[in-house]
Amino acid sequence: SSWWSHVEMGPPDPILGVTEAYKRDTNSKKMNLGVGAYRDDNGKPYVLNCVRKAEAMIASKKMDKEYLPIGGLADFTRASAELALGENSEAFKSGRFVTVQGISGTGSLRIGANFLQRFFKASRDVYLPKPSWGNHTPIFRDAGMQLQAYRYYDPKTCSLDFSGAMDDISKIPEKSIILLHACAHNPTGVDPRQEQWKELAATVKKRNLLVYFDMAYQGFASGDINRDAWAVRYFIEQGINIVLSQSFAKNMGLYGERAGAFTVICSDADEAKRVESQLKILIRPMYSNPPVNGARIAAMILNTPDLRKEWLTEVKGMADRIISMRTQLVSNLKKEGSSHNWQHITDQIGMFCFTGLKPEQVERLIKEFSVYMTKDGRISVAGVTSGNVGYLAHAIHQVTK
Amino acid sequence: AYRTDEGQPWVLPVVKKVEQMIANNNSLNHEYLPILGLPEFRANASRIALGDDSPAIKENRVGSVQSLGGTGALRIGAEFLRRWYNGNNNTATPIYVSAPSWENHNSVFMDAGFKDIRTYHYWDAANRGLDLQGLLSDMEHAPEFSIFILHACAHNPTGTDPTPEQWKQIAAVMKRRCLFPFFDSAYQGFASGSLDKDAWAVRYFVSEGFELFCAQSFSKNFGLYNERVGNLTVVGKNADNVQRVLSQMEKIVRTTWSNPPSQGARIVATTLSSPQLFDEWYGNVKTMADRVLLMRSELRSRLEALGTPGTWNHITEQIGMFSFTGLNPKQVEYMIKEKHIYLMASGRINMCGLTTKNLDYVAKSINEAVTKIQ
Repeated sequence: SSWWSHVEMGPPDPILGVTEAYKRDTNSKKMNLGVGAYRDDNGKPYVLNCVRKAEAMIASKKMDKEYLPIGGLADFTRASAELALGENSEAFKSGRFVTVQGISGTGSLRIGANFLQRFFKASRDVYLPKPSWGNHTPIFRDAGMQLQAYRYYDPKTCSLDFSGAMDDISKIPEKSIILLHACAHNPTGVDPRQEQWKELAATVKKRNLLVYFDMAYQGFASGDINRDAWAVRYFIEQGINIVLSQSFAKNMGLYGERAGAFTVICSDADEAKRVESQLKILIRPMYSNPPVNGARIAAMILNTPDLRKEWLTEVKGMADRIISMRTQLVSNLKKEGSSHNWQHITDQIGMFCFTGLKPEQVERLIKEFSVYMTKDGRISVAGVTSGNVGYLAHAIHQVTK
Repeated sequence: AYRTDEGQPWVLPVVKKVEQMIANNNSLNHEYLPILGLPEFRANASRIALGDDSPAIKENRVGSVQSLGGTGALRIGAEFLRRWYNGNNNTATPIYVSAPSWENHNSVFMDAGFKDIRTYHYWDAANRGLDLQGLLSDMEHAPEFSIFILHACAHNPTGTDPTPEQWKQIAAVMKRRCLFPFFDSAYQGFASGSLDKDAWAVRYFVSEGFELFCAQSFSKNFGLYNERVGNLTVVGKNADNVQRVLSQMEKIVRTTWSNPPSQGARIVATTLSSPQLFDEWYGNVKTMADRVLLMRSELRSRLEALGTPGTWNHITEQIGMFSFTGLNPKQVEYMIKEKHIYLMASGRINMCGLTTKNLDYVAKSINEAVTKIQ
């Protein structure tokens, strides 16, 4: 007999399932719009030029492979903090923050979740927007926290339910934790406008909530790293000591290298040192110390003026291509003769788009047109190219007319 | 970490070669690995641990989870056990860690949620060897289903391993008492210079029909410390069990790091799957192991030649990176303060710190410490 007879088969990952089915499909026109990774206009993965250059520079230095410190590569963590907070940030300049390297966005979120579980005794409740990235819930749950929600997406308008969000947030018990997507909300692509962020900040401050920002798309959303970090920086300026998770998977195309960071804004540098010591105590029994490769590449890019400049251009290029696909999709839908309002496709931002399509329509898209997406009608705009946007518009029109 | 005879870190020549190959391969990109890791890495890593001719592999009852170093593999295994072993979510299952052990073992299992972490007798300070009777007695009296963390080879920090005969006794008790073996294998190849010899215990347990976990690290034997290359090998009764176990481990991975880093896994997979590169690697591993073995024999012979009080055969009988010299805290303090030789209060030295240049000085200093300080 086995120790494992009672172990249940884990449920299949819904997003992976989309890709599996796509791979099996023999239709030459098939499209994979489930993919959460950027693709170029030929539908291919894109390795940034600045990344290739950074890799070459790193190789020429012939560095050793000694363990990184538990908190990660200092050149990387400092540069990540500066990227998020801005070089003129008072919090950054005063050193009243700690940034540790994390295993991309997930690992950084998890470190933060574990830290809150251990040291934020005021509440176990983490409030997520409805909907949020599917992995947020199990991450916080596995860390020992409880999940709550606030209204966010309005399916009737395919945009932000601002009054609903404000209503819910204003009623969140004091000292709860609220998670906000810094930009390019996943999965809806719906972001608050700056005036709305200001109101959110005021409410969150009034309710004395602990703010946890998840920023996985800085630069990738609007094409402008400062614009995409505006909410994070505004909150800090308002005196809200946030915690922040960053990912370099998308904006530097470093997906499999797992480059990320977790930051805690503190009252002062001394508090930051104490927080850092506790973060290290959490990290050590998880994986001892982080992987070097992605962090070295990211640090080289951020800290080398020429490479940084090139990166900013390339990340804008990726964002622009996404924005252009949104525009082309809408104009193609009009050309197809669709009478629906598709403005949300261009209003939304980032990699993902909540089309508003219903499950039955999604199923038809998959079965009849080999266009693959998740049941909630979310598409990855990264999977759209100038070569297939027409086909996509045609397919969508057929199932919605 | 390993050091050359010049006291420098060493990037293995085969690693440099393979990294260059990877860099020159323009078909490679930085896309996400699957949640459980790079398939070629996982299969090769488990094959290295269990042997090419492993019955478990042939019977398709081996699973692998690419992890962030040996630590990451331990953590995924621990998180799985806490959820699914000995009932559901049973945090009360006792975890036995050797006395002494790598101090992070405790933290890994504690943070995974286990409430009852105990020690089992291991190091016999008086005889400077394995306290086999104490160990076996602890196993006899451990509650059924307890989990035992076993060092596959090159015990950290004592350098003292059970002999094959002693392993057989350990396995017999564990089988009878229904105790779960969780191997920590951080030094395969690095300890004796032979992959097979260093994996003997794990393979013996497999041949005895145990279901077990083995956390593997490629930090030392590939010198890939900061790339965080590890693998959790799962041996089960049959393919169906292993499949279900892996599906649950996948869920654990997804909330911990989503998917593992690709660079280190690519290096190891490329090396292990090419006969020529594998041979080169084996040669590099032997270079490291042989240097450590040489330092051990040179240190011992010097200590004996100096007539240092006590017996010093344990220096060459112990194996791996570390040695429990037997120096007491006062003697250690002398070494640090007077001789500027840094070692742990436990008397543990890192053999990699020894070089042909400093052997004489270290031997003389130990001799002084033992002679002057009681």
